[in-house]
Amino acid sequence: MADRKVYMDYNATTPLHPEVQKSLIDNFAYFGNPSSMHEPGRAARHLIEESRVEIARFIGASPEEIVFVGSGSEANNTVLNLAKCGGPLCRGLSPNNREIVTTSIEHPCVLDTSRCFQRQGSTAHFIKVDRYGKVDIQELEDSINDSTAIVSVMFANNEIGTIQNLKEIAAMVRNKKALFHTDAVQALGKVPFNVKDLDVDYLSLSAHKIYGPKGIGALYIRKGAPFCPFIHGGHQETGRRAGTENSFGIYGFGKAVEVLSREMDENNQRIRGLRDKLKAGIIESIPDIHLNGHPEDVVPNTLNVSFMGAEGEAILLYMDLAGIFVSTGSACASGSLDPSHVLLATGLDAEYAHGSIRFSLGRENTEEDVDYVLQQLPPIIERIRKMSTVYQGGKK
Amino acid sequence: MSQDWVYSDILKEHFMNPKNILEDEAAFKADGKGSVGNIKCGDQMMVVIKVENDVIKDCKWKTYGCASAIASTSMLSEVVKGMKLDEAYKVSPKDIAVKLGGLPENKVHCSVLGDKALRAAIDDYFKRSSQEHRIQEEAAIIICQCMNVTDKDIEAAVKDGARSYEELQYETKLGTVCGQCKDKAEDLLHQYTHLYGE
Repeated sequence: MADRKVYMDYNATTPLHPEVQKSLIDNFAYFGNPSSMHEPGRAARHLIEESRVEIARFIGASPEEIVFVGSGSEANNTVLNLAKCGGPLCRGLSPNNREIVTTSIEHPCVLDTSRCFQRQGSTAHFIKVDRYGKVDIQELEDSINDSTAIVSVMFANNEIGTIQNLKEIAAMVRNKKALFHTDAVQALGKVPFNVKDLDVDYLSLSAHKIYGPKGIGALYIRKGAPFCPFIHGGHQETGRRAGTENSFGIYGFGKAVEVLSREMDENNQRIRGLRDKLKAGIIESIPDIHLNGHPEDVVPNTLNVSFMGAEGEAILLYMDLAGIFVSTGSACASGSLDPSHVLLATGLDAEYAHGSIRFSLGRENTEEDVDYVLQQLPPIIERIRKMSTVYQGGKK
Repeated sequence: MSQDWVYSDILKEHFMNPKNILEDEAAFKADGKGSVGNIKCGDQMMVVIKVENDVIKDCKWKTYGCASAIASTSMLSEVVKGMKLDEAYKVSPKDIAVKLGGLPENKVHCSVLGDKALRAAIDDYFKRSSQEHRIQEEAAIIICQCMNVTDKDIEAAVKDGARSYEELQYETKLGTVCGQCKDKAEDLLHQYTHLYGE
């Protein structure tokens, strides 16, 4: 086992920020049910509302526009569920609005939910992207019609990091009088944004991508936007999400956002520098690669590279043995026969998609980490290529 | 803090130190060569053998694939050295999986490729040495009882370009009566597409 450990999979999840960890430990004492009227209940309620204010302030929303949910996936499911809900007693959408318009590079929690609706008789449109992962805005516009319930376009992509022209898309959707949702799970903490400035109706967030705890997400719901709960039951979250609050998760989420508001810009600048150094180093030392994602409109921490003739799971596991932790879009790693749907949607050949590695950096990474990766990676790729049926010195 | 891999220690060892990688094909002067797999699906294997007195004297390989593809081809190349051709012909994916200390369910198709590549190499040797009569067709298994369609028929249909269940039905008429064979047929379609698909 390698002595040096380099974690470069921050888009998968992040370690807790030390300040978040400390505050969580301190706050574990506040066990009360936030719905209880007595003192322990009130103490928990107070901390939850503080977190809500913190998150609302950070994204430019009002606290009452923030609903805590179990994950980013739940936030996304909750919004898409509006396309299925409806009827005279529902605060949701008209029963005539049953279509979902989304993109081909969304997270599986949006894609699979949309496909599930299709199987139930609804219509879903999956808009194509260009080779950099940018959504075809014209096709998006043309797909919106009177039956559209929700238009959902992710802010920043988890695999390739491409950032969409969200403001332009939101304005177009507003103009077409449809409702607009964005999955901002990967954008939070990496791209500064303000929900009022973006003019979106719904926006999904998650804590564990920003050095907060797992199992807690949030949904921004613009005041006045149609809404119907996804989980029915108690009156928690003003009737918008039943189930006793994950109070510890919420405390940690609030703290993570508070830390973000202080450290985000400086961290991103430093992380961007490291990412660019890694990118330049790989380009210089390894031939026959393909850079995935947009060259400029990309989150500062993400670098997705395909290595021709080398399969991703093999690369990932040789890197694991060297103490470097990354992810791949290869099919082998997912247990299916198809490689990353995101890379295929950008028009990348399947063989390049199988050989893709995502480096996603974070606040703990250092110059030495990047040097270590640049020292370990080239021989790993060379070794795999030597035993490859596909790679013969740069030619297929 | 070393947590267990999804793979066994034996497999991990073969992945870390693969045996018998083919480095110089021209210098090896193979007596038989077989290639199977499909890069689009993420696995491709090539096996070359040297044969003397009907015994595999040497076996080398190249593979494009995941850790278990690399390790299972490495293991196969070790196992078949010194084996009589007839014996090597019968090496099954399961034999390799057992030697490797087990494989995750979804990875079994990787070692399936290793034995098929070997069989293709042996067949190639039979062809080159004018022993075509020794090339064996595997016994066919009936998949669709109603229409009497075998796995070989499905394999042939996939080789001819069938890629969806519907195309398979059109080609072979399987599953057009009671429909009970659908799952089995789709599994095979998947497997053969992996082997022959583009």
